[in-house]
Amino acid sequence: MKIVEDSPPVLTALDRPNSYIGRSVPRPNLARLAQGRAQFVTDVTLPRMAHVAFVRSPHAHARIKTIDATAAKKSPGVIAVVTGAELAKVITPWVGVLTHLKGIKSAPQHAIAVDRACWVGEAVCAVVARTRAEAEDGCEKVTVDYEELQAVTDPETALDAKTPVIHPDLGDNLTFERVHSAGDPDNGFAEADAVVEATFMFGRHTGVCNEPRAIVADWNEGEQRLTAYHATQAPHMMQNLFAKHLTLSEHQVRVVTKDVGGSFGIKVHTYADEMATVALSKLLKRPVKFVADRIESFVTDIHARDHRVKGRIGVKNDGTITAWEIDALSGIGPYSVYPRTSGIEANQIVNLTGGPYTCPNYKARARVVFQNKNVMCQYRAVGHPIATAVTEGLVELAAVKIGMDPLEIRRRNLIADDAHPSQGPSGIKFEALSHHASLAHLDSMMNYAGLRAEQAELRKQGIYRGIGFASFVEVTNPSAAFYGVGGAKISAQDGATVRLDATGAIFCHTGVSEQGQGAEAVIAQCVATSFGVPMEQVRVIMGDTDNTPYGGGTWASRAAGIGGEAAWQAGKALRGNVLAVAGSILQTTPDTLDVRNGAVVDAATGTERMPLHELARICYFRPDTLPAGVQSELVATRHYVPRAWAFSFTNGIQASYLEVDTDSGFVKLLKHWCIEDCGTVINPQLVDEQIRGGVVQGLGAALFEHCLYDQRGQLLNGNMADYLVPMAVEMPDIECGHVVTPTADSELGAKGAGEAGTAGAPGCVMNAINDALRPLNAKLLTDMPFTPDKILRALGKV
Amino acid sequence: MSDMRCDIELTVNGETVMETVEARTTLVDFLRETLALTGSHVGCEHGVCGACTVRVDGAIVRGCLMLAAQCNGAKVETIEGVSDSGQIADLQSAFERRNALQCGFCTPGMLLTAQELLSNGGVPSRETIREHISGNYCRCTGYQAIVDAIEAVAQARAGGRK
Repeated sequence: MKIVEDSPPVLTALDRPNSYIGRSVPRPNLARLAQGRAQFVTDVTLPRMAHVAFVRSPHAHARIKTIDATAAKKSPGVIAVVTGAELAKVITPWVGVLTHLKGIKSAPQHAIAVDRACWVGEAVCAVVARTRAEAEDGCEKVTVDYEELQAVTDPETALDAKTPVIHPDLGDNLTFERVHSAGDPDNGFAEADAVVEATFMFGRHTGVCNEPRAIVADWNEGEQRLTAYHATQAPHMMQNLFAKHLTLSEHQVRVVTKDVGGSFGIKVHTYADEMATVALSKLLKRPVKFVADRIESFVTDIHARDHRVKGRIGVKNDGTITAWEIDALSGIGPYSVYPRTSGIEANQIVNLTGGPYTCPNYKARARVVFQNKNVMCQYRAVGHPIATAVTEGLVELAAVKIGMDPLEIRRRNLIADDAHPSQGPSGIKFEALSHHASLAHLDSMMNYAGLRAEQAELRKQGIYRGIGFASFVEVTNPSAAFYGVGGAKISAQDGATVRLDATGAIFCHTGVSEQGQGAEAVIAQCVATSFGVPMEQVRVIMGDTDNTPYGGGTWASRAAGIGGEAAWQAGKALRGNVLAVAGSILQTTPDTLDVRNGAVVDAATGTERMPLHELARICYFRPDTLPAGVQSELVATRHYVPRAWAFSFTNGIQASYLEVDTDSGFVKLLKHWCIEDCGTVINPQLVDEQIRGGVVQGLGAALFEHCLYDQRGQLLNGNMADYLVPMAVEMPDIECGHVVTPTADSELGAKGAGEAGTAGAPGCVMNAINDALRPLNAKLLTDMPFTPDKILRALGKV
Repeated sequence: MSDMRCDIELTVNGETVMETVEARTTLVDFLRETLALTGSHVGCEHGVCGACTVRVDGAIVRGCLMLAAQCNGAKVETIEGVSDSGQIADLQSAFERRNALQCGFCTPGMLLTAQELLSNGGVPSRETIREHISGNYCRCTGYQAIVDAIEAVAQARAGGRK
């Protein structure tokens, strides 16, 4: 029995009487989800709603010579067949670049391909019909005449002179390049007692949200207004983009986001087929629904992690790391994704490599190239799993080389807990981290010494178990430094509006949104505590650009740290307003009063002076009884954006314990641990479940998940039978622990927790597999995912 | 295809339903689109993810791998009916308290799958629970919370019978 009933914690500076901060209160929105009474976009139907399906390119690169829609237009139920050129009259193309990624370039991308298709799955024609089935019937009757062009599929040769340039106007296939040098890397390598190098490969994979991407676009010709019911992580960003590319003003666009069936970064980008759907609604003056099917999801949902990184580390015999060097190459598909660009993951690899450690000598190059495959962009823990696997892989190889325990080499090189503020080798700034406390916590939680003894004992019986670690830093609570400074209209700040209703309950409207993380609960906890009501009396409104403060939405672990702080401050402000009017009614000074548990009380004694419903009754229905000149203000709005630090870095360490079957090559994950420091923990259960879910996504990357393309750019495993995802039976129990170092940037002190699990798990598993196979003199495994055939090859068995 | 239609009569959550369906219509599309029972979800449409799990004549099936036309005369139960009957109220409560769902898209199917295991009685091992729910994909939780919730309900139900 693992269900621990919620109980109030010991009082802290954040605690008020009946505080919810630090409590595992259940999420208020779960009952309707568990009863099948949610409203996902896939569930939305509207009067006169039509459905769109797309004809998609079967070629990785092809000129579209002609499109014959004659038969499709006669197909039963078909309302319209629309080509890229026709739709381009309704919606303008976009280019995915940002000014702070110096030199990044891309080509204009259309909602539906015009003249040329650049990857397998790119939409080349839309068929709108009464039902999805009829739309698909229509698609089968569209005849497209293609002239196949040479596909660019190998990043290693994308920049060669003899490789065709995908977008000739750009001059070459280089999207973005970053070169970084810090400290004295050459000297660092020169003074090392040993230099270890390895090439790490990461399998291109994708989010596989259980609910595919979905949108219902409703252009109302009478109102001249678009309402988009959209499964997105960033409603205000999409409002801006729909307006911009349909040539509307933003107040003509409303984005409504109710329940979202998983996102993980997949649903925070501009997708051509979704843009086409809003344009089709405007063109046809009726609601149009698009839901990606699973095959479409595999060929159009952004992919990520297609990186090759050559890494080098210098180390002294006493364990001191003396230098780092990486050369990273990544193929991102034919377009940089709009508006966040496809340069961010490579940029993050440069930023984060070596991040937990003191060694300042660092040389890095990252290149991002175009190719004729599906686009790549930001997916959960952007860049972190790559940088962490490279860094931690190199650290454990260095430890092996000098004969040092892998935890000991970390103890000797991790940034000291009392050395903050500090910075990583790339110059990223750390306010306060707790690497050593986290490592010590892990060491005892997992009983490291005991496991090593067990491992040694089992090896004598021919059982090969491995232990691997990964320390990490994690980007959360992003300021405008992430996107805003580069020119993207993506809000870094977020707001909350709190309103006392006529019965003493409160509404909290927030700019952050919910895709399962528990943002709704966290916002309710913050505002209930800072205002002073039971959580049951808080209703949280989110995911509606007409009805929430302008905000960024939920991505990059920002909802709790940024949205939570705005809600906390708004609740405090409303409490001040309520106490001002209560002071007038009770003829006392407001500072002698407080709001607790739904009532105005005497601050010193806690004695109830007036229930909130009575105060609300007077203010709303009998304001004539208030003293002259007293006007109650029972709504308060506050906003928050981190200012002192560009990002609120968190840190932690993970460990994996696994067993490799040396006959079959299968890996059995026995146990996984994660210690994380996300600052103030608002809801311990939700933090732990973010960690566990994130770890499992990382375990999928380590062992199973890979979008396999052939040399012609065909995706070979675009379905859930061939693309393997983690299922329950393969996954271990995951033990979580916490160190708490709040950020001083906010009163709440909360940092994010959504990326940590995914950041560390792949590198951790890689290290554990190599640890398991080391006595067998197996070849080093650095090519994810670690499938049985790769393991058997490393063992020389096939 | 679209001119091939069948008349079917079945009970769905205890109500008699008479409809004409296209022969190609899957059970889950019929439930969602014709009957507006949107609690059953469509995740992969090829029988892997389990989001469309419903009960037909007492056994759980993939709603995407069965045609509506095959359900003529059948007794179909969906998450809406099973919820309202109260038979999984303890399981739903455990899922909520343990945060065994995040986005909730897989949850209706997961609950029906779990209930099938629990209805066998006894307290299954964690390995057995993991094995049993391995036809239901959850991208959010990492499964541990789901296993915890199912295990807790199994223990509570077993305890309650003593």
